[in-house]
Amino acid sequence: MSALRPTTPRFKQNVREALANENIQAAMRNYGSGFVNKRAAARAAMAEFDDIRDAARDLKNHTLANLDLYLARYEAEVLEAGGHVHWAETAEDARRIVLEICRDAGATTVNKGKTMISEECGINDWLEENGIRPVETDLGEYIIQLRGETPSHIIAPAVHVTVPEVDELFREKHAHLDAGRRLDHASMLSEARAVLREKYFQAEVGITGANMLIAETGQSVIVTNEGNGDLSQSLPKVHIVMASLEKVVPTLEDAATVLRVLARSATGQEMSVYTTFSAGPKRDTDPDGPEEYHVVLLDNGRTNMLGTEFQEMLRCIRCGACMNHCPVYQAVGGHAYGWVYPGPMGAVLTPSLIGVETGGQLPNASTFCGRCEAVCPMRIPLPKMMRHWREREFEKRLTPSAARWGLAFWRALAARPGLYRMATRMGAFGLRLMAMGKGRLAKLPMGGGWTDHRDFPAPQGGTFQSRWKAMGGRRR
Amino acid sequence: MPASDAFSGAPRVALLVTCLVDMMRPSVAFAAAKLLENAGCAVEVPEQTCCGQPNYNSGDRAGAQALARQMISAMEGYDNVVVPSGSCAATVIKDYPQILADDPEWAGRARALADRTHEIVSFLTDVLGIEAVEARFPARATYHDSCSGLRSLGIKDQPRRLLASVEGLELAEMADAEVCCGFGGMFCVKYPDISNKMVGNKTGNIDGTGADLLLAGDLGCLMNMGGKLSREGRLVKARHVVEVLAGDTATPAIGET
Repeated sequence: MSALRPTTPRFKQNVREALANENIQAAMRNYGSGFVNKRAAARAAMAEFDDIRDAARDLKNHTLANLDLYLARYEAEVLEAGGHVHWAETAEDARRIVLEICRDAGATTVNKGKTMISEECGINDWLEENGIRPVETDLGEYIIQLRGETPSHIIAPAVHVTVPEVDELFREKHAHLDAGRRLDHASMLSEARAVLREKYFQAEVGITGANMLIAETGQSVIVTNEGNGDLSQSLPKVHIVMASLEKVVPTLEDAATVLRVLARSATGQEMSVYTTFSAGPKRDTDPDGPEEYHVVLLDNGRTNMLGTEFQEMLRCIRCGACMNHCPVYQAVGGHAYGWVYPGPMGAVLTPSLIGVETGGQLPNASTFCGRCEAVCPMRIPLPKMMRHWREREFEKRLTPSAARWGLAFWRALAARPGLYRMATRMGAFGLRLMAMGKGRLAKLPMGGGWTDHRDFPAPQGGTFQSRWKAMGGRRR
Repeated sequence: MPASDAFSGAPRVALLVTCLVDMMRPSVAFAAAKLLENAGCAVEVPEQTCCGQPNYNSGDRAGAQALARQMISAMEGYDNVVVPSGSCAATVIKDYPQILADDPEWAGRARALADRTHEIVSFLTDVLGIEAVEARFPARATYHDSCSGLRSLGIKDQPRRLLASVEGLELAEMADAEVCCGFGGMFCVKYPDISNKMVGNKTGNIDGTGADLLLAGDLGCLMNMGGKLSREGRLVKARHVVEVLAGDTATPAIGET
């Protein structure tokens, strides 16, 4: 899978493979409810948590309603500080811009802090194709880069990998180290750190993402737990920030509001270990910092969401709470979704960005259990927007024809109460006959989706409405 | 039309039976009617079909609108409408006003019906203030929180409070009681592999409590979990919570004879 070759249309096949993959299943069991419990504890520890969610939602709604204004101010502030702003309408534009900056800097190695926008643009493959070596410096990203994979979670990119797999991977890829060394959690971390530490000083360019862009000050903000982002952006002579344009917030105060719900929703931390503000290239009075500072602002379909029923999705701050709480995500992991963004936020965003024809499976693969919306710090009505995608598909006749016929049949039947009563009586009678005196059916013709995995309880006999009527409209 | 029974003053309550209960398990509706009558309500069953949720959740908005209008017409004129399903109740309470928001003739009627509609356990407790039932059922039970009832309607403590008053019933909480069972209406047949994984997690958690009885407020979820429990050869029986609250437990459990 890569951003340029989504496997979302074969979602069902991906799901079967993920369910049959013992490593993924072991990793997902391990992932379990760790984040869920940590978020719950963080929320319980802050009485005003839900009020801040409201404030965060409101400030983002205001920003989206005035996006042009705040982006213009942001750009002016970055320019004022001596930085450059590059507007990338598409992922292809962003790739071209990043490559030009890297070539101008004579780069052979690029260090990367964690950025989902670079995933969306397929930057790593693109740089490699052009003879530049990208080095992921986030531990999880480093692991999946060694495995030749993409992230399966937006904040825990290697959540699908088990510890024994990392053990094996490090022994293979760090062949210069003593083969007999013992590896556990802590020593794996320090080994990766030692290997990466050398590379920090080799890169000419550092690429990071941005959790927020602040219009008032022209700063970009990243939150990390490993400090790798700071090293990636401050050691090389060129720093590129890759951000999508809805990341802008009006003021520093607004950024603080978002930060108060971000880490708590994501990992249950009050704040992540590092919160870093970048405000342009090194000034004459600064002891260090990048000589050049570039911001690549990606649209890639987002402005098309403005003014539609999907605008609220642009409030997303990428905390990952929706996927942490999603039973579908927990069952299959992130790669099954087939593109960059998994889980409930991915189920809404993917069809928005790559088209419902390609991404349409995802908003259908939900029980509408509502847990994602219940925990979203930005109060994004994710199930409602998944339903909107189903409506678009239905209007465009992308819904499978069996389902369309089934719905038309059900609607026609339910609109005719007399016929409905007769059909349900016959249905109950027929199912009881088929159960042959047992309380349940182990097989249903055309009902394999149900009975392959579970029994179908037989009806009690007679419909309630017919029995109630026969009793004279009373209970006894 | 009089707002309440002309002679007794009892509130006139329409029972919105739901398709699944109507066709698969009438005993749930009889139990609901019994609970309502015991609480002093005059129960009526207007002629009805489906609330339209399958169409609404599948993207067929026009179909959902047509069935919503039909259900509103059927259920108007009662003091309250009561539903033995959190999911169907949430469709009327939360979705109808949105489905018909742009229809000047029906938007107000949708909101009026939404205001008078309640899930059965929530109606008994939150509206009528009932805190105990007269029922006896010796069992070790575990209660699954169905998603719509829990997250759309805030039903969590209400069934547990009433179940605590059932003589002989012991309630054991399962792990992840608030996590979806994988039913999801059409979801379970559109994505059977994911659904199977989810319901398998659920039956494992149910079994982990040592309970011999699974209770919930939605028949769809119960058929899913009950069908998986029996397929796995587990001995836990499944029932709708109102059957136990009404003391109507002579009928075999879901999937049993």
